[in-house]
Amino acid sequence: METMTHQHHADAHRDDTASKIGMWLFIFTEILLFGGLFIVYSVYRHMNPVAFHLAHEELSITMGFINTIILLVSSATVAISISAIQKNDRKLTLLMLGITLLLALTFLVNKYFEWGGKFEHGMYPGSELMKNLSNGDMLFFSLYFFMTGLHGVHIIVGMVLLGITLYKVKTGAVNSGRYALLENSGLYWHLVDLIWIFLFPLFYLIH
Amino acid sequence: MENEKHHIVPYLTHIMVLLGLIVLTVITVLITSVELGAYNTTAALIIASLKGAVVLLYFMHLKFDHKIYWVMVSIVIAIFAAVIVVTFFDYLYR
Repeated sequence: METMTHQHHADAHRDDTASKIGMWLFIFTEILLFGGLFIVYSVYRHMNPVAFHLAHEELSITMGFINTIILLVSSATVAISISAIQKNDRKLTLLMLGITLLLALTFLVNKYFEWGGKFEHGMYPGSELMKNLSNGDMLFFSLYFFMTGLHGVHIIVGMVLLGITLYKVKTGAVNSGRYALLENSGLYWHLVDLIWIFLFPLFYLIH
Repeated sequence: MENEKHHIVPYLTHIMVLLGLIVLTVITVLITSVELGAYNTTAALIIASLKGAVVLLYFMHLKFDHKIYWVMVSIVIAIFAAVIVVTFFDYLYR
């Protein structure tokens, strides 16, 4: 305990609460970014209900379901890694972060096959096939590619953040007395999960 | 800020929350595979919101952290909800 207090006073500029509030403020901009897209989606779906229903049948529910489970598990492993570092269990923290990164990679690989299948059929933004679709179909697939693509970018950013955190846990820069970076990367990763929780039913489960 | 106490969430809580989230996901898939008309989307969105709330409260620690985070998140969600309501009033009644 004594060494922790000592470390604490050694760095006068440190304020974990402020950095966490900063992270939340950033997360709010992300929520509103995706929120805006969800509103665009809702309005176009409201205007083209039949086209959206038919177009969604091109998507594999199984694939979407597997990816949902992957993200939920990875969110839990990040949450566990935070509890672990608070208990000063470095080994478990590293293990959980490693599993999270692996799951994130699996998510991207699934996404690659999912998108790849579409591309093979000539379905990608700007393709001849997509230009000739009806208005409603085109809106559905454009929104599908844009929103899942933007989400995919967030997965990659999250992996970079978690990778840096993992490295810093390894070197000891992130430890049981100083883990704001882990908490904030964790918050970002949960956000990525949160967005997918809404993307999955809206794109894959239209009835 | 120094005296802010850190609540350590037990591992078991995270596991239980995860199981709950998986069960809710399975329910969403099952519910949307039966014919309920317009209620399918409503049900799917209610369950998604429930899952979102669980993630925010437990995984993102809103339940355990200082109340200020909870207040901030609530305000943002309220603003977002207001924008949805206004947009749909516009499209439904124009």
